Amino acid sequence: METITNVHRDDEASKLGMWLFIFTEILLFGGLFIVYSIYRFNNAVAFHLAGEELNDTIGIINTVILLTSSMTVAMSLTAMQKGNIRLCLGMIAVTVLLGLVFLTNKYFEWGIKFEHGLYPGSAFLKELGHGDIMFFGLYFMMTGLHALHIIVGLTILVVVAVFIRKGRIRPDKYAFLENGGLYWHLVDLIWIFLFPLFYLIH
Amino acid sequence: MGPQTYNSFFTVHGIIMIFVIVIPGLPAVFGNFFLPIMIGARDVIFPKLNLLSWYLYVLGILTVLTSLFTFGGAPDTGWTFYAPYSFKTTTNMFPAVLGAFILGFSSILTGLNFITTIHRMRAPGMKFSNMPLFVWSIYGTGWIQLFATPIVGITLMMVIAERFLHIGFFDPALGGDPVLYQHLFWIYSHPAVYIMILPAMGVISEIIPTFARKGIFGYNAIVASTMAIAVVGYFVWAHHMFTSGMSTTAQFTFSLLTFLVAIPSAIKVFNWVATLYKGSIRIEVPLIWALGFMFLFMIGGFTGLFLGSVATDVHVHNTSFVVAHFHYIIFGGMGSAFMAAAHYWLPKMYGRMYNKFWATVGWATFFIGFNVLYFPMFILGYQGMPRRYYDYLGQFHNLNVVSTIGSWILATGLIITIVNLIRGARNGPKAGMNPWEGRTLEWTVPSPPPPENFDVIPDLTSTSTAH
Repeated sequence: METITNVHRDDEASKLGMWLFIFTEILLFGGLFIVYSIYRFNNAVAFHLAGEELNDTIGIINTVILLTSSMTVAMSLTAMQKGNIRLCLGMIAVTVLLGLVFLTNKYFEWGIKFEHGLYPGSAFLKELGHGDIMFFGLYFMMTGLHALHIIVGLTILVVVAVFIRKGRIRPDKYAFLENGGLYWHLVDLIWIFLFPLFYLIH
Repeated sequence: MGPQTYNSFFTVHGIIMIFVIVIPGLPAVFGNFFLPIMIGARDVIFPKLNLLSWYLYVLGILTVLTSLFTFGGAPDTGWTFYAPYSFKTTTNMFPAVLGAFILGFSSILTGLNFITTIHRMRAPGMKFSNMPLFVWSIYGTGWIQLFATPIVGITLMMVIAERFLHIGFFDPALGGDPVLYQHLFWIYSHPAVYIMILPAMGVISEIIPTFARKGIFGYNAIVASTMAIAVVGYFVWAHHMFTSGMSTTAQFTFSLLTFLVAIPSAIKVFNWVATLYKGSIRIEVPLIWALGFMFLFMIGGFTGLFLGSVATDVHVHNTSFVVAHFHYIIFGGMGSAFMAAAHYWLPKMYGRMYNKFWATVGWATFFIGFNVLYFPMFILGYQGMPRRYYDYLGQFHNLNVVSTIGSWILATGLIITIVNLIRGARNGPKAGMNPWEGRTLEWTVPSPPPPENFDVIPDLTSTSTAH
């Protein structure tokens, strides 16, 4: 038998695979959450004070942006299921735009921290004491890793959009769009935990 | 050999053997080949993802190897990358750590692929309750790969961040805690031992019934113990750290859990022996390797209990006792099982049979050499010879010489075995479809199996036992 007849397609399986991958992503961040909780326990007062340094307003705006983008990506999937490809592409475009706005805010937020000398290994931070070093170390590591995931998520969504244009994602074949959306929800979900841990708990 | 060279040797030996050879060994070689056939599928469910994990694997190996030849010199921390030394040493740690991270990613994707394949691709009538035990072991392994590997991934990323950004997660000078690194590291790296040994147990559970020519004894018990090892094995990590500083309650708990995880392993051994009991045993090379596995694995397992109990562990911690225990489990156990699998499935993979006489000679030489090499290390460790030192006291000289001679015998055995396997695969006589009268699905297709394995997907709804 030399002929390869690969017509096997299983949307359930690709979704199962995506969910398993999301588990591993949550565990990846889980390692950092453990480290966060241990150092918060050890440096409760310093973490409390350092948290007040962060700009709540930018945090809230970014949270709203990500929540909205989760809604638009879900709408793009529903649009695809109902056969409205133009609306689907539009919603993906809005999602990507919101993601970029989030990153821009992040850029300015980090920039201000850097200006104030608050970055890992800075001389100013070293003078502040162990709790502050750990708080800002974790802040940059966790939001940085999250920003990396935003970039990956945006790349996936752009690929999804290209596939829709090429007809590889269609109203009868949209598992890739659904998985891309799942990944975007994961990115959103992690932020939902990062936001209160760094900005809100005072 | 100077101290620095010695440190590099045991470090690179550890990194390459653990992350490159032993963890992917059985699942990637035999799992990829036989998992689809054994459940009656044409391929794994995500072939492209499978190719990606292969590319990542190669990329990971190249990255690790880069650390040997580029600036700074080969890493010298031990394969455990213990902080704070791992971010203070001037040797070339970054490629080694990054390579381990990439290899971990490859391992996760393989596990994800296998789990989904087993859930979605089983042939009609192939239920979870009658799946071959090798498939079950790959299934349990896949879950450990998914649940444990991300933790080491993030830990290695933190080490990289420490090296370049000086964040201080594990640096006491900045308020970090090196013991926390050890916890995070072992949360992955103890379950990783079960990633290594579970597929080995799966291979043995296939070979023993084939050559005892009867059904496996206690199928359900073996399945349950596989999953029990996968679950309980996740909660025993801190027995690597009894001397690192932790509360007595933690020591007691982790010691107890370690003892508990020995029970499912013992259940498997009992079941294998019970399968052989009153079987009409056919002595063939794969069975000999499997019996060798059981012998070496039991020595490794029992000495593991010495290490799991707090009082004795404090005495033999970081001695060559640990080295001997680990190599009995991984080299004697997983290594023997790999050879058993190679001798069992080579006729299927290449359609040709190796020379059985030389295969037996190879096994006997390996078995003798192995024990001569590693058994003295138990005694040396018990007498207090520390591991990871390039020199030793005069009183340890004789047994170290014995050990060295053992390593030569072991190497000879391995060379005989591997040369014989390669020659068999190339020029051996035709093996036929089912040389061992095996009863699992891979023996129902031609040797070597055609691309896509089956012309027609087998239907097992009428047969009651597939295993």
